[in-house]
Amino acid sequence: MKNRNWYEKKNVSGSEAVILSLLAEKTELLFGYVGGAIMPVYDALYDYIDNLNHILTRHEQGSVHAAQAYARASGKTGVCFATSGPGATNLITGLADALMDSTPIVCITGQVNSKFLGSDAFQETDIISVSAPVTKWNFQVTSAKEIPEAISKAFYIAKNGRPGPVLIDITKDAQQELFDFEYKSTDFIRTYLPFPVKNDLLISDAVNVINNSKKPLIIAGHGVLISDASKELADFVEKANIPVATTLLGMSAMPADHPLYFGMVGMHGNYGPNINTNNADVIIAIGMRFDDRITSNPQKYASQAKIIHIEIDKSEINKNIKADYPLCGDAKEIIQEMLKNVKFKERAQWIRSFRDCYDIEFEKVINNQTKPYSGAIHMAEVINTISEITKGEALIVTDVGQNQMFAARYYQFNKPNSFISSGGLGTMGFGLPASIGAKLGAPERDVILIVGDGGLQMTIQEFATIVQNNLNIKIVLLNNEFLGMVRQWQEMFFQRRYSYTEMSNPNFTAIASAYGIESKKITQRDELADGINLMLKSNNCFFLEVQVGKELNVLPMIPAGESVSNILLTYEN
Amino acid sequence: MKTKEYTISVFTENAPGLLLRVTTVFTRRKLNIESITASESEIKGIHRYTIVLFTTDEMADIIVNQLEKQIEVYKAFKHTNEELVYQEIALYKIRAKSISQADYTEDIVRKFSAKVLSITNDYIVIEKTGYPEETKELYGSLQKYEILEFVRSGRVAITKPMKSLEEHLNEKENIYKSK
Ligand SMILES: Cc1ncc(C[n+]2csc(CCOP(=O)(O)OP(=O)(O)O)c2C)c(N)n1
Repeated sequence: MKNRNWYEKKNVSGSEAVILSLLAEKTELLFGYVGGAIMPVYDALYDYIDNLNHILTRHEQGSVHAAQAYARASGKTGVCFATSGPGATNLITGLADALMDSTPIVCITGQVNSKFLGSDAFQETDIISVSAPVTKWNFQVTSAKEIPEAISKAFYIAKNGRPGPVLIDITKDAQQELFDFEYKSTDFIRTYLPFPVKNDLLISDAVNVINNSKKPLIIAGHGVLISDASKELADFVEKANIPVATTLLGMSAMPADHPLYFGMVGMHGNYGPNINTNNADVIIAIGMRFDDRITSNPQKYASQAKIIHIEIDKSEINKNIKADYPLCGDAKEIIQEMLKNVKFKERAQWIRSFRDCYDIEFEKVINNQTKPYSGAIHMAEVINTISEITKGEALIVTDVGQNQMFAARYYQFNKPNSFISSGGLGTMGFGLPASIGAKLGAPERDVILIVGDGGLQMTIQEFATIVQNNLNIKIVLLNNEFLGMVRQWQEMFFQRRYSYTEMSNPNFTAIASAYGIESKKITQRDELADGINLMLKSNNCFFLEVQVGKELNVLPMIPAGESVSNILLTYEN
Repeated sequence: MKTKEYTISVFTENAPGLLLRVTTVFTRRKLNIESITASESEIKGIHRYTIVLFTTDEMADIIVNQLEKQIEVYKAFKHTNEELVYQEIALYKIRAKSISQADYTEDIVRKFSAKVLSITNDYIVIEKTGYPEETKELYGSLQKYEILEFVRSGRVAITKPMKSLEEHLNEKENIYKSK
C-alpha cells in the first residue's frame, strides 16, 4: 500500500478517517491501549498495519510518556490512542508533563456514543473538561465529518509556536459514521499566531547591551533544542565570547567540553553559573522560563543584571522575572539575527571566575562523588563511568529524583538533543516508558535509561513492551532502597525524620529475567566498569542494577526559596 | 502591591469548552471574578467576555497573556475604569402592597432615572441601568419596601481608545501573511 494518496477517499468510516488523517500527517508510529470506546479505530488500524506501526504499552501512562519521548527524540509529533473513561484519565499525567516541557503530542481518545454524553454512561468521563488545564488545545468530535479538520488542527497546534499536547475526543458514533474523506493540512488558525513578529529594533538594542557588557551570562533552555539552534548558540557564544550555562532541559544544547560551557543552573546546578547569576551585568536567557527550580527566590534573582529574554511564548515573558529586553520569537531566528552584529570582547577575568568556581566545586564535590575510593558505590561514579565509556555520545533518558540530577550533572553530553527527562512536572515513572519512545524515535542511537528504585516501580510493567518489540534499551537502576531525593530533603530539612521513604524492594534482576530481559546486579566498585561494558556490548535490552550508597546527597544545592548566591557546596549532618 | 478594579475584555471564537479555559486562568490563581458577561461582538462569530476583578497591574498583564495563550482567544485587553464607558443593569422586584402609593414609585423612578418594567397586583419590577454605585444606591432607597428579588447583571463595557477589534485582527492576519 506504499505511496498511496491519503488525502481523499469516498465513503469511509470516521475510524478509517482517523487513520487516514494520521497518515496524511506522515505519522509512522504511535502508542496506545485498546478499550470499548476506541475499538472501531483499532479495527480500522488493522487494515493499515503495513502503513502505521502501533506499539501496545502496558498502561496508558506508558503510551503518553512514550509518545512524548518519541517526539523529543525524533523531532516529530508523538501520537497516542486511549479509550474513554479510565483510559483517557490515565493520560492526564503525561499531558501535564508534555504541557510543562513543551512537547508536541496528539492524543486521541474514544468517547461514549454522543447520545449518551452527560448521562454517566459506562466509562464516560468528561475528558474535555478534565484535560483542559493540561492541554494546549482539545476538542470533542461528535460527527465523522469533523475528524479530518480536528486532527489537522491538532497537529498544527501541537507542533507550532511553543509545542504542547493536544487531545481529540471522538464519540463512538462519529467513529462509525460513513462520509467522504478529504484532508487539508492546517497552515493558519485565525485566532492563533504561533510565530511572534521579530522586533528588530529591540534586538539591535539588546545586541548593543551585550557588546558593552563586561559580565554577561547566557542561560540556554529547552527552547534552544526545540528550535534546533545548538549550532547557532555555539557560534554566538564563540563570536561574542560569553560564558554559557544550560537549564536541566537545555542540557546537551552545548557540548560538555566546550571551553565556554560551565554546566547547569538551578537547585542542583553548578556552582559557577549559579553564583555568577547574581554577579552578571547581563543575563541572556534563551528558550527558558525562569522556573522556580532555577530562580529559587525571584526577588533575589539577578536583580543587578539587565535581562534579555528570548522566548517564543509571550506569556512567559515578565511572568516570573521581568525582562528589560523581551525578545519574543523563535530562538534560532533571533540568535541568527543577533549573530550579525555581536562583537568579540575580552572578558578574561569574568570567564576565569567560572573556572575558579569550577575548581572549587571539583575539589569539594565532584571529585569526591565521581572518584570515591572507599565506601558504597556512588551514583555520580556510575554516571561518570557510563559517560566515559560511551564518550558522551549516548541518548540519556532519566526518571526523577537523585538519579536524574546525577545523570544531568555527570554525563558529559557531546551531541545535542541527548537528554530526555521530566523537568517541569518531575514525573516519577516517566523514565521507562520514555526510554521506549526515545529508542523508537532515534533507533540509531544508544539509549540509556537512568532510573531509581522508586520510579522504576511506577511503570515497571513496560518491561513487557520493550521485550515484545525487541527494543535495544540499556536500563541502569541506581538502587538505594530509598525514595532518595525525598530522603535527602528529610535529612537536610526535616531533622532526618525518614517518614515513609525507605523501601524494601523486590529482586529486580529476577523481575527483569522473568520478563526475558538480560540482567546483572553490581554491588562492588571493581565490577562497575565491566558491568557497564557488558551491558553496552549486548545486542539486546539489558538491565543493570547497581547497588549504590543508601544515603547519598546531591550537591551543590540551593535550598528552596534561598537566593542562588546561597548555594551549598557541602552539607554536614 | 496595589490592587484596583480591572476590566478584562476577551475576544474569542464561539467554541464549546472555552468558557472553562477562560475562567481557569483566574481560578487557578485564586483570583475572584467580580462579574463576567459574554455576548457576540461587532464581528460576526466572535464572542466577547467582559470580566471584572480586583488585582494588581502586574497580575492583570499576566492574565491578559495567559488568556491570549489560549488557542481560540483572539485578543485580550485590560482596562482600568477610566479607560472605559461601562454600565450594568439591575432589576428589583418589590411587593406591590408595600409600595402602594403610585406617586411615590414614580418619584423614585424619576429621581434615579430608573424604569418600571412591569406592574401586577402582587409586585412591581423596576429596572435601573448605571454604575454599580447607582444600582446599589437605588437598592438602598427601596429597602424600606419589601424587596422580593434583586439581580444585577455583570458589567458591559466599551473602550475609549479608537483602535477597533477589526484592526487588531487584520494586524494578526498580515503578520501571518508576511511569513
Ligand atoms: C509521581 C511522583 N510522585 C512523587 C514524587 C515526589 N518525589 C520526587 S523524587 C522522589 C524520590 C524518587 O526516588 P527514586 O525513584 O528511588 O529515585 P532516587 O531519588 O532515589 O534516585 C519522590 C517520591 C514525584 N516526583 N513524582
